[in-house]
Amino acid sequence: MSSYKIIDHEYDVIVLGAGGSGLRAAVGLSEAGLKTACISKVFPTRSHTSAAQGGISASLGNMGEDDWRWHMYDTVKGADWLGDQDSIEYLCKEAPAAVIELEKYGVPFSRTDDGKIYQRPFGGMTKNYGNGIVQRTCAAADRTGHAILHTLYGQALKHNTEFFIEYFALDLLMKDGECKGLIAWNLNDGTIHRFRAHSTIIATGGYGKAYYSATSAHTCTGDGNAMVLRAGLPLQDMEFVQFHPTGIYGHGTLISEGVRGEGGYLVNSKGERFMERYAPKAKDLASRDVVSRSMSIEINEGRGVGKEQDHVHLHLSHLDKSIIESRLPGITEAARLFANVDVTKEPIPVVPTVHYNMGGIPTNYKAEVLTGNDSETVTGLMAIGEAACVSVHGANRLGSNSLIDLVVFGRAAARRAAELVKPGTPHEDIGETETEKCLERFDKLRNSNGENSTAELRLSMQKTMQSKCAVFRTEKTLKEGVDDVRKAYDGMESISVKDRSLVFNTDLVETLEFDNLIRQAITTVDSAYNRQESRGAHAREDFPKRDDEKFMQHTIAWCNGKDSKIGYRPVTKTTLTNEVQYFPPQERVY
Amino acid sequence: MVQINLPKNSEVQKGIYYQDKTGSKNIRKVNVYRWDPSNGENPREDTYEVDMDNCPSKVLDILNKIKNEIDPSLAYRRSCAHGVCGSCAMNMDGKNGLACTKPHSEIEGDINIYPLPHLKVKKDLIGDLSGLYKQYESIEPWLKTNTKVETTEIIQSKKDRAKLDGAYECIMCACCSTSCPSYWWNEDKFLGPAVLLQAYRWIVDSRDDERKERLKKVADELKLYRCHTIMNCTNACPKGLNPAKAIAELKKMLATSNL
Repeated sequence: MSSYKIIDHEYDVIVLGAGGSGLRAAVGLSEAGLKTACISKVFPTRSHTSAAQGGISASLGNMGEDDWRWHMYDTVKGADWLGDQDSIEYLCKEAPAAVIELEKYGVPFSRTDDGKIYQRPFGGMTKNYGNGIVQRTCAAADRTGHAILHTLYGQALKHNTEFFIEYFALDLLMKDGECKGLIAWNLNDGTIHRFRAHSTIIATGGYGKAYYSATSAHTCTGDGNAMVLRAGLPLQDMEFVQFHPTGIYGHGTLISEGVRGEGGYLVNSKGERFMERYAPKAKDLASRDVVSRSMSIEINEGRGVGKEQDHVHLHLSHLDKSIIESRLPGITEAARLFANVDVTKEPIPVVPTVHYNMGGIPTNYKAEVLTGNDSETVTGLMAIGEAACVSVHGANRLGSNSLIDLVVFGRAAARRAAELVKPGTPHEDIGETETEKCLERFDKLRNSNGENSTAELRLSMQKTMQSKCAVFRTEKTLKEGVDDVRKAYDGMESISVKDRSLVFNTDLVETLEFDNLIRQAITTVDSAYNRQESRGAHAREDFPKRDDEKFMQHTIAWCNGKDSKIGYRPVTKTTLTNEVQYFPPQERVY
Repeated sequence: MVQINLPKNSEVQKGIYYQDKTGSKNIRKVNVYRWDPSNGENPREDTYEVDMDNCPSKVLDILNKIKNEIDPSLAYRRSCAHGVCGSCAMNMDGKNGLACTKPHSEIEGDINIYPLPHLKVKKDLIGDLSGLYKQYESIEPWLKTNTKVETTEIIQSKKDRAKLDGAYECIMCACCSTSCPSYWWNEDKFLGPAVLLQAYRWIVDSRDDERKERLKKVADELKLYRCHTIMNCTNACPKGLNPAKAIAELKKMLATSNL
């Protein structure tokens, strides 16, 4: 592949991705004096963190008593006991300091009457271990992700972080099981860049675009996850895909859980507030998997609204106008633009929509990537944010726990890298084999001259995932999914790329993204097929009960081409310190 | 005499005409600016006949339809598809906006889609925003505070927080700056509405301790006073913000404060 000009770079640490977690890590690394590069396929403020609305959880206690242990209990329960409790302890204990730090960076949080950070109720967030609702979710109106992302980008500028923007990452550089950096394609001028680093931090987000209807951005293609698979490493708990209860019907735009936090509620075609039946205590503020399942049951049993009776209504017109204006301005705009609804007068049509991937690259609480073999780590490789599976979210993430995950583990990764890497350490020679292999795949796809357009194959994969691996799953649908998704993979043999150029060749970008997505789709549906129980977001109609005996374990999935290998590893059943005790499994009711 | 003719390679030529293949009775003609830096050819305007019976409501949906079903080589930026990331800013029907929030029903006749005006084009609808990003960096968009308190937040009253409304929501899509004639003329020196709105956002943040220094920094004939209150910026903002008002506030602060 000598036809490609390769430009070499050497850094102490590189961060792939410039969303909330990547930027937080980059800031910490720069502060620690490490020579850091942050590589992103989009300009940092275009990252999908910008779409987070409702808020960021931390037990600040600004709106009444709170305790990080309560937050931990809620997270463990929300995760349906698939989360690792050492990591969850770390998340919840570090959360308040992380939010205070964001405020000091300049995040324009909404305020209480006494000028403190405003906190709102959110699904599954309770006081005193499940006894009553707590206000724990710190909010900047309903644009919290936007506010945090822009502020973190400012901090990165303050610390002179070196950015490589609109660079599309192709593959990791691995040698003897260790990560030595990565290769990326500069879309601006078409050159190929080889970044060497002692630590590579993957912060590439989720892969919502494996599904047809998702709140995720077009760019949420889990590129880092796929790079890990191609490096022969496994992904963890991929069957756990969160459906957000309130995506706008027909368009998928997110309507924040904050709407229900502020007093909004769901209604079926009979005008019933049906959540009262499914979650008598928490009602509309039960955790997301519970609400999404309840909505699906209402729709399946013929109580949906609309011509096709295939969605439900979210009411908020009863809320005080001033509350809507000050705390929910963003969703007011979204409802007008995408549902043609005036929220002060009419309900919003909503339907459960793919929103978040609990699964991803397995790591410990220090953000070091695991090989899948016990607690063995991969030297030189870390992962954070939605790309990672730490696992703090287990089988189901609580709303507002993702933004806090970004900053807590972004910071943790920077700290750990600073312990592991001495600034200025020279890089050993690694030869050309990995580079050749990577560019071979790139060149093959670039010059592919087949019959199937990328868009058609992508659509086929998305429709398969949407219909066969959705809110409710059965042996039959999953088996069909396992087979059908491989048809889309086989279609790649004869894929067609029309644009052969190298500058902003978005035809090729989307083909590379499809190649990334399809591997994750395969691991997702295969992992789901093998988990014969119901837990969190994974609801099997043929196995309706949780099976702790057999399945209180993380799924580990390797994927080579279209062949996957499924294994399991135990959930961590110990806490990090003696400040809190292990929460043993209970029945999960809201 | 100065050369006032445009260089030859900036002439937009007639491009490829893509006829409808679906047999739809409900067709709209969509004219799209195309330019590929790798072939040395002039920019051209391609025309696509698009079946509107099977197309959702926004201009971005049209572009996606073209890319997915007619011509995968068309290049444009896009990401969130609901008006929060700012990627798909472009010029539609002669007006800047976000393709993902602009309904095509608001456009009469043929739909003309061009890159944001007066940017260097990288390819097709993708403009070069690096100049604007550098200017953004120059206003130092981070909180500067002398507070020593580490364990709690800086107290900010609801009233002071409300001053940030209308400023912090900016998504940096550049629709405003690239619609401003003054910015077209002096894009290297005038900060332009997007960046001045951000400068204003930090100047009015009650938590910031360097208000005066920030004001002094923008108090410049070129950086700030090239704004001639044309108001195209406010007219263009797809988020309904008012950069012109923020600039006016900055001028007012400078006129009344003792720096």
